[in-house]
Amino acid sequence: MSARDSILGRLRDRQGSALVAPESDFAVVTGRGWSREERAERFTRWITSVHGEVVRCNTADWTDALAGVLAEKQIRRLALGRQHPVALAARDALASHQVELIDADRDIEAWQEELFQHVDAGLTSTRGGIAETGSLWLWPDADEPRLLSLVPPLHIAVLDVDAIEDTLFDVITHQGWASGMPTNALLISGPSKTADIEQTLAYGVHGPRELVVILRDG
Amino acid sequence: MNQPVQTFTPQAFHQQAHAALENPQIRANFRKAMDGLMGKRREAFSDWDLETLRQLGANIRLRALSKLPDLLEQLEANCEANGIRVHWAENGEQACAMITEICQQHGASSVIKGKSMVSEEMHLNAHLEQAGIEALESDLGEYLVQLNEQTPSHIIMPAIHLNTDEISDIMHDRTGTERTRDVDAMTAAARAQLRERFMAADVGVSGVNFAVAETGTLCLVENEGNGRMTTTAPPVHIAVTGIEKVVEHLADVAPLYALLTRSATGQHVTTYFNMISSPRKAGEHDGPKEVHLVLVDSGRSRIYQDDELLDTLRCIRCGACMNHCPVYTRVGGHTYGTTYPGPIGAILMPHLMGLEATKDLPSASSLCGACGEVCPVKIPIPDLLVRLRREAVGDGVGNVPGAGVKRSRKEVAAWKSWQWLATHPNAWRGASLIAGSFRGLAPSHLGPWTEYRTAPKPAKSSLHTLIKRHRKEQDS
Repeated sequence: MSARDSILGRLRDRQGSALVAPESDFAVVTGRGWSREERAERFTRWITSVHGEVVRCNTADWTDALAGVLAEKQIRRLALGRQHPVALAARDALASHQVELIDADRDIEAWQEELFQHVDAGLTSTRGGIAETGSLWLWPDADEPRLLSLVPPLHIAVLDVDAIEDTLFDVITHQGWASGMPTNALLISGPSKTADIEQTLAYGVHGPRELVVILRDG
Repeated sequence: MNQPVQTFTPQAFHQQAHAALENPQIRANFRKAMDGLMGKRREAFSDWDLETLRQLGANIRLRALSKLPDLLEQLEANCEANGIRVHWAENGEQACAMITEICQQHGASSVIKGKSMVSEEMHLNAHLEQAGIEALESDLGEYLVQLNEQTPSHIIMPAIHLNTDEISDIMHDRTGTERTRDVDAMTAAARAQLRERFMAADVGVSGVNFAVAETGTLCLVENEGNGRMTTTAPPVHIAVTGIEKVVEHLADVAPLYALLTRSATGQHVTTYFNMISSPRKAGEHDGPKEVHLVLVDSGRSRIYQDDELLDTLRCIRCGACMNHCPVYTRVGGHTYGTTYPGPIGAILMPHLMGLEATKDLPSASSLCGACGEVCPVKIPIPDLLVRLRREAVGDGVGNVPGAGVKRSRKEVAAWKSWQWLATHPNAWRGASLIAGSFRGLAPSHLGPWTEYRTAPKPAKSSLHTLIKRHRKEQDS
């Protein structure tokens, strides 16, 4: 008999009494009832508490905010997609800037070394945010691959205030995640960190040292 | 870095505990860390209805266990439909062989690892190295412990037993990093050392925090990004997990994740929650082209047979029980000599290793109840400790391997005599009279009991006699 069949067999022929599934009441993780502004405020407070930076701006001129971040952080090489409206607008706005734009929609095998060694920042869109924990949620795709938000030392993420929901439970249920998960779904709450050396916080251990959220409003 | 240095064993628990108690460095490192973690956890739950949340966590895990075989089949079917290949292993040995074989099929010479306690449980690194495959830990704490040829002393914070100076020495001796007390500089050095390895690794091996049956999704919780790196950069990803980690619905992970991070480190959320549902699809540009899931039993299906012991399988591996355990805080993680230390180790390891080897662990508790009070899924850990103590001295029939190992004929006879005396009043009175008359002969040393205490002496007259006498005096 295969290991599979014998394990499942033992579980099915359980000796003890019949197991009954208790009811799960999810009220405690939903129904926060926060206003739009409360959500933005909570999101900002929580993500800032773990070293994330939030730049709130008008949707109309968010690329100015982006240019400001790039200048402040002295970014010379920025990797980004080529199709998402966020990437398109950024490319448009940055065409006349000093920043070198690097296409992220390439097979990693072709540019791994470049991505790991020579990219200063990665720009991504986000699908939404979570107020309760100050989290971004991303579904990386062909245009904005998984490593774009992980490998460069700075991750710049673009989020709309209207896309912030109260809790993770709300996002999973409202957005129908269970009916079709992508290859990789991610929650990101701050830059990479560790406390493995005597409980002392240090940032950027494997992923980005810095995370900047451009929070678009109006 | 060949074999993991196994200097600690559960058989030598008592000697190891004495050694740890006499080591001021170990005691200071753990005391400081555990005090900090307890405070942070309290703070993190301060604006929550914690009891309701814990009950929900417990109910979700109980629901998953009540349907375990069905959910495992559903998980397998959905993973396979998504392109994740699922393997089943009866024990760690089989799982190691499977993982080694997958590595060999890809001609792998180097494996990069995300944190996985199940892989520690089965000594995967040693197996891979025997096959000529280098396995490198990438979680910073695991990396440091591996550099120091040790095993983790805590399931969440593997290097908690080391302080900054010790880590500086280890990094200097093993990697040539300049000595420093600057944690940022040490972290940056480790980042640079490991980045090279991520790029070169042939296979990434990770654990799983929750496996979702409904969608065939593997969830990984982490702060560093090494888990994402491990599961994204190498061309092959192998996830390995115990069969109890499955949950029914995707929505079930929301409360469990809220409980896990707050219970473990007092964080309201971790930096990353990484949900993997398939290998790289056509048109996608990164991520592994192959994803494997290895489901390991290793005694779990035996725990599953028993209505009471079953609760052990609810565990979501947060480590709160060890953070709050007065014994763990004083003796540290290595003293237990097992993969999982502290209260969860004491109720889990006897099933994985047998009570012969682990008979002292369920007794390494004052039954103060702190572990049970903080457990995010309400595992009645103190009850299970008592149950395992009973199994160790019982008649050897039951679901725990090695049951009856501590049974002593003398002890059984002593209790039987006591039972007889206590149910025969005349004999009891006679025995008390004799004990009272010869009290001068009572021994002043009673083994370990009298190391810190004065030996008890039988009273001249029993309480019963005194009361009788007193009443007589009053009446007259």
